[in-house]
Amino acid sequence: MKERKTALGEDILLRVEKPERYIGNEINSVMKDPEDVRIRFAFAFPDVYEIGMSHLGIQILYDMFNRRSDVWCERVYSPWPDLDAILREKKIPLFALESQDPVRTFDFLGVTIQYEMCYTNILQILDLSGIPLHAKERTWEDPIVIGGGPCTYNPEPIADFFDLFYIGEGETRYDDLFDLYLRCRDEGWTRERFLREASHLPGIYVPSLYRVTYHADGTIAAFLPAADDVPSKIEKQIVMDFDRVTYPEAPVVPYLKATQDRIVLEVQRGCIRGCRFCQAGMVYRPLREKRVETLKKDAEALLKNTGYEEISLSSLSTSDYTELKELIDFLIDRCSRQGVNISLPSLRIDAFSLDVMSKVQDVKKSSLTFAPEAGTQRMRDVINKGLTEEEILRGAGTAFRGGWKKVKLYFMLGLPFETEEDAKGIARLCQRVADVYFEIPKEERNGKCSITASCSFFVPKPFTPFQWASMDRAEDFLEKAHIAKNEVRAMENQSCIRFTYHEASVSVLEGVLARGDRKLCAAVESAYKNGAMFDAWTERFRQDAWDRAFSENEIDPAFYAHRERSVDELLPWDFIDCGVTKEFLKREWMNAAAASVTPNCREHCSGCGARGFGGGVCYESQN
Amino acid sequence: MRVRIKFSKTGSMKYIGHLDVMRYFQKALRRAEFHTSFSGGFSPHMIMSFAAPLGVGLTSDAEYFDLDLEEAESSAVMTEKLNRQMAPGFRVLSVREIPADKSSKGMTLVAAADYDVRLRDGVLPAGADESRVRDALDGFLSQSVIRILKKTKKGEREIDIRPLIYSMAYQNGVFSMTISQGSTDNLRPEQAIGAFTAFLGLPAEKSDLIIRRKELYADLGTDGERHLVPLEDLGTVIE
Repeated sequence: MKERKTALGEDILLRVEKPERYIGNEINSVMKDPEDVRIRFAFAFPDVYEIGMSHLGIQILYDMFNRRSDVWCERVYSPWPDLDAILREKKIPLFALESQDPVRTFDFLGVTIQYEMCYTNILQILDLSGIPLHAKERTWEDPIVIGGGPCTYNPEPIADFFDLFYIGEGETRYDDLFDLYLRCRDEGWTRERFLREASHLPGIYVPSLYRVTYHADGTIAAFLPAADDVPSKIEKQIVMDFDRVTYPEAPVVPYLKATQDRIVLEVQRGCIRGCRFCQAGMVYRPLREKRVETLKKDAEALLKNTGYEEISLSSLSTSDYTELKELIDFLIDRCSRQGVNISLPSLRIDAFSLDVMSKVQDVKKSSLTFAPEAGTQRMRDVINKGLTEEEILRGAGTAFRGGWKKVKLYFMLGLPFETEEDAKGIARLCQRVADVYFEIPKEERNGKCSITASCSFFVPKPFTPFQWASMDRAEDFLEKAHIAKNEVRAMENQSCIRFTYHEASVSVLEGVLARGDRKLCAAVESAYKNGAMFDAWTERFRQDAWDRAFSENEIDPAFYAHRERSVDELLPWDFIDCGVTKEFLKREWMNAAAASVTPNCREHCSGCGARGFGGGVCYESQN
Repeated sequence: MRVRIKFSKTGSMKYIGHLDVMRYFQKALRRAEFHTSFSGGFSPHMIMSFAAPLGVGLTSDAEYFDLDLEEAESSAVMTEKLNRQMAPGFRVLSVREIPADKSSKGMTLVAAADYDVRLRDGVLPAGADESRVRDALDGFLSQSVIRILKKTKKGEREIDIRPLIYSMAYQNGVFSMTISQGSTDNLRPEQAIGAFTAFLGLPAEKSDLIIRRKELYADLGTDGERHLVPLEDLGTVIE
């Protein structure tokens, strides 16, 4: 193959920060001859390269698409503001990394939408590509723009910018979509006809084919398909044979150090826990595990094909993986031979996990993480966080006696039904952890202990029991944070306790976008035009651009963020069937109000509706 | 056993920074299943050291790093195995055994380097033919002192780079030079060319230069006599 020419000249590449973001040619990136394929797919992650390259989802689909000989899937990331300015000034169209060809010449532009704060970057990618921002203005001169990922569980605030959304796990329906596209091209369909036919595929949502009407108070009156053949409900698509689903054995390995610069082994998908604040825990139901033998085989191949120096296990709650011990024993043995580190996030702290961690990390230096999420037992019952104070203190005690002395505790503030006592409870829990440390005889202690309590602000999300809740205002957040902080200062061992909390304004915007409707599309567009971009980057976030965007479009952000919804209200995302029923979510919302705990899926089935998928943990005991 | 690995870095790979090249090779060595030695501790790392970091934007036919191995195979087999793991633009040229003592390290030994530098069109005046450039270069090199401003952490200071330019010639549009390299008296090729274009009164930006490193040398001379030997030649082929 002849040498690849970069889309950007040396004059530009040597002028921008980290040119490695834009040149491709990474190990395991896939090169094909454009003459040999029928579909060119540009897969975009609307954030900077190092963030996007850390994302497992793209790697899975990139690998799966490229296994098809008629598809060439390439990657696109948001150009950092330095290059963004140059592309605009010199009118250079955005390009995909592998071929370095302009994105606009592709058949599809796929966008994975992982967080609300990337919405303006989606517009950046469209804009720099020369693709009209509005789906309705596009022609066959433009790619079909399709969105996927967690935010598509409420795609309405960005509905105008997408031709299609894919609701659910990508492994299941893309082949059907590609086959439909090939037929469409063979038979010379119009773009409208293609979108109409695509709307018949399970899991595919074509926003232009739905009409939304509103009540005078701004809530939705009706959300209806524009024609009889367009489905009124979109069913989430999920992989049921999770053990045998495609997994990338040779993911692309970047030159730049990515944010997650390691092998990721996905041990299971879904979660049995049912924390009421957690969207992932609801929409990825039911829990599906991979067999340990499959994971060993995958790990072996991944180590061989990437050469990474670290491997990590990924899932929502790795401690719930039934064959964890066997998997970890295997990895410790396998990795020690090649100097490969094992990183173990999201493990519950108990004797088993501490034993494992003491084998793979330096106890003296590393810190242990607990996620109590709330400061009092009552509040933890409200959010259904199945972690008791006793368990936390027992875990901390075992850890301290094992030589650890740094502990991190994650909390949320602004949870529904929260009181001042719950904010103070954060400080008191930290003190009790400190007490456990000082109960150890002085001569056995290992210097001073350090307890960090880190608070984020709760954002209610669609398809959770808190989807109806009012979100706190920024000033409420800050007040609660101050209450917690002052309480920390009043504690006996306050010198061991560090209290930190996140920025509030970004969380409020996240709250607006998370539960927004179609009317917000105009505000997202205005914000982008006002200069908002990389909103997820604290130092780049521009509150003024968003404030102006809302007022220009006569939108009251409080309507979306701070209003408590009635359970009878038609919600913007109600047209999606995510498997968990609205009845279950209502029940859980009531249970939260009563601080009543719901058992996890392995203890007892609570009838959430995910059993309807016909597999996973719901049928585990029957195997 | 310690080996010295020589590789080239060309095409768009010139944009890969030094630390990332290091990480790239650590991964390549794992993929090639080399039995490398590791430091101890919870985050073991390979024992490797690069002779002279190459700046971003430069290509090279002679990059070197030294690596400790627990077990080795023949030079030919190791070269072949590594090359199977290279991305286009990287090529392993040789793997040779070197003594495992401190004084034999490439980083310690490197004393000089060859560079080829081309100027982008338009930097030299339109009528500047080969012989006129050569005449100018002779004039430049006949100076006993060539002062340039060197930026340091503390500010700027003037240094004389004439003793650091061992040779410099111009042919077929390429300036070929041998210049001092190493932890002391390090001269960068863009500084040498920059001094020449300044001598001619021509403005030249760093982006006007196309620079390729051709070789790195150790100085085995004694009594002030220079005897430059490519770092590769200090190693022995493993049969």
